[in-house]
Amino acid sequence: MKVLALDTSNRPLSAAVLNDNQLLAMTTTNIRKNHSIQLLPIVEDLLKQTGLSPNDLDRIVVAQGPGSYTGLRIATTTAKTLAYTLDIDLVGISSLKALAANVNDTGRIIVPLFDARRDNVFTGIYQRTTTGWDTLMEDRHISVKHLVANLVEMKAPVWFVGQDVAIYAETLKLQLADNFHQVSHAENLPNAFVLGQLGLQATPVEHPFNFVPKYLRLTEAEVEWKKKHPHEDTKPYVERN
Amino acid sequence: MRKKNLILAFESSCDETSVAVIENGEKILSNVIATQINSHKRFGGVVPEVASRHHIEQVTICIDEALEEANVKPSDLTAVAVTYGPGLVGALLVGVAAAKAFAYANNLPLVPVNHMAGHIYAARFVKPIVFPAMALLVSGGHTELVYMPYENEFQIIGETRDDAAGEAYDKIGRVLGMTYPAGKDIDELAHKGKDSFHFPRAMMHEDNFDFSFSGLKSAFINTVHHADQINETLDRADLAASFQQSVVDVIVEKTLWACEQFSIKQLILAGGVAANHGLRDTLSAKLNEKYPDLDFVKAPLELCGDNAAMIGAAGYVAMKHHVFADASLNAEPSLEFDWVPDAVK
Ligand SMILES: [Zn+2]
Repeated sequence: MKVLALDTSNRPLSAAVLNDNQLLAMTTTNIRKNHSIQLLPIVEDLLKQTGLSPNDLDRIVVAQGPGSYTGLRIATTTAKTLAYTLDIDLVGISSLKALAANVNDTGRIIVPLFDARRDNVFTGIYQRTTTGWDTLMEDRHISVKHLVANLVEMKAPVWFVGQDVAIYAETLKLQLADNFHQVSHAENLPNAFVLGQLGLQATPVEHPFNFVPKYLRLTEAEVEWKKKHPHEDTKPYVERN
Repeated sequence: MRKKNLILAFESSCDETSVAVIENGEKILSNVIATQINSHKRFGGVVPEVASRHHIEQVTICIDEALEEANVKPSDLTAVAVTYGPGLVGALLVGVAAAKAFAYANNLPLVPVNHMAGHIYAARFVKPIVFPAMALLVSGGHTELVYMPYENEFQIIGETRDDAAGEAYDKIGRVLGMTYPAGKDIDELAHKGKDSFHFPRAMMHEDNFDFSFSGLKSAFINTVHHADQINETLDRADLAASFQQSVVDVIVEKTLWACEQFSIKQLILAGGVAANHGLRDTLSAKLNEKYPDLDFVKAPLELCGDNAAMIGAAGYVAMKHHVFADASLNAEPSLEFDWVPDAVK
């Protein structure tokens, strides 16, 4: 099975082409360049390098969120449009789980996280088993304080993954003491090869039509509106002619 | 027989996701429009992040419906055209990413289209554009006069210095307690009233083709607030009529002057506010009186708002002039036509 895997959830961009569990080509960037400019040229280049055409692909795997809203939409729109028009499988994988999967050891408690500003993070708690993955806490938007409270209660060593861990490292170290661990630099970056492998095992969506990013947060405007209008709605929000 | 030119066009610059199939730049085979008005009604205006989220929900459904309705397969297509600016960046990005992916997967050339050129080319579905031409573009985001000396050449000769006309409509609509968007309601109410408030007509006799509507908006709001303070009830129809008359007077006056200064063969009225009956009728009547020989083309009412059909028509012309983009095409939220430096002749 030929797989194209895409991750533009945050500043790094990673894209890979796999043949089953084998990597054919991969590009990862970690520069301040617009994903909208970069993504499709990189995909074109990867397929050219591997001697494949878009029609040879069997499955698209995309990091579905959480992450930067705009970043998520670039890979997700590209993925769902390719899957739709090529009539192939589409798989969405948690951007956090994809990052957690960088860590190979089984049994470890792994906490991938992305900064969500104002002392909040997007995070989940994962553990690799001999056969797959256990999710100890589903992906969510949570305050660092709450996350730490949950982790302290576990009374076990924790491995944090992600470039944004650095932002909260001091606080986390202070609270978790010897249980605080960080992974190597390479494991902090999204890796589309790892993402693609997760995607191979996952069940594709029924149809790309309704595929959207997992933002894990309502927009501020919607939160405010709901507060003021708890029993009202204007659905359907979108109408087609 | 020559092969038909079939363009799949994308539009997502604001709160409409639209995909269309256009034949030879002049015939609409399909024009699917998913409008988000119900969603943004909640907030009294378009919230960019909400708009972007709706676009991604809709975009592949719109492609599928557009192809199905036109009875066209991707292999029948000649090119893909897409709005890449101006507009809301997050909204534009969804259309751009989808159009690029579709073009790539189907090995089709990609044509980048300026949204404003699209609005002008809505008039192409009435009749061919004859050059030199002038376009009056009036919408929620823009109020500008665009000179077109030749095909695919667009030059701004004047634009609004503050609010767009459509923006002013929405703001005073809020003051009158109307739901967003208020343009149509104000237009209807205006027909039942008369211009009794004599609001200012900013810049009407200045030596340029620019507009300004923020002074008018403030005068309107002050009038209403003052009346509220002294417990006086003003006639809503007269308020609407006075506001509309002021907007229409300025726009019509500047447009007539542009017609006088530039020797043009055609005047095009386009953009969301081009659906306003007050503007359409007044401009028609004045042009008839002063320039009976000038060909006045109004964008069809159903194509005044944002839609992909107009992008397909403009894309056809851009393609004729070999305007293509590659896979690195990005959204350009502040995209503008070039200016004519000395528009005042
Ligand atoms: Zn528009």
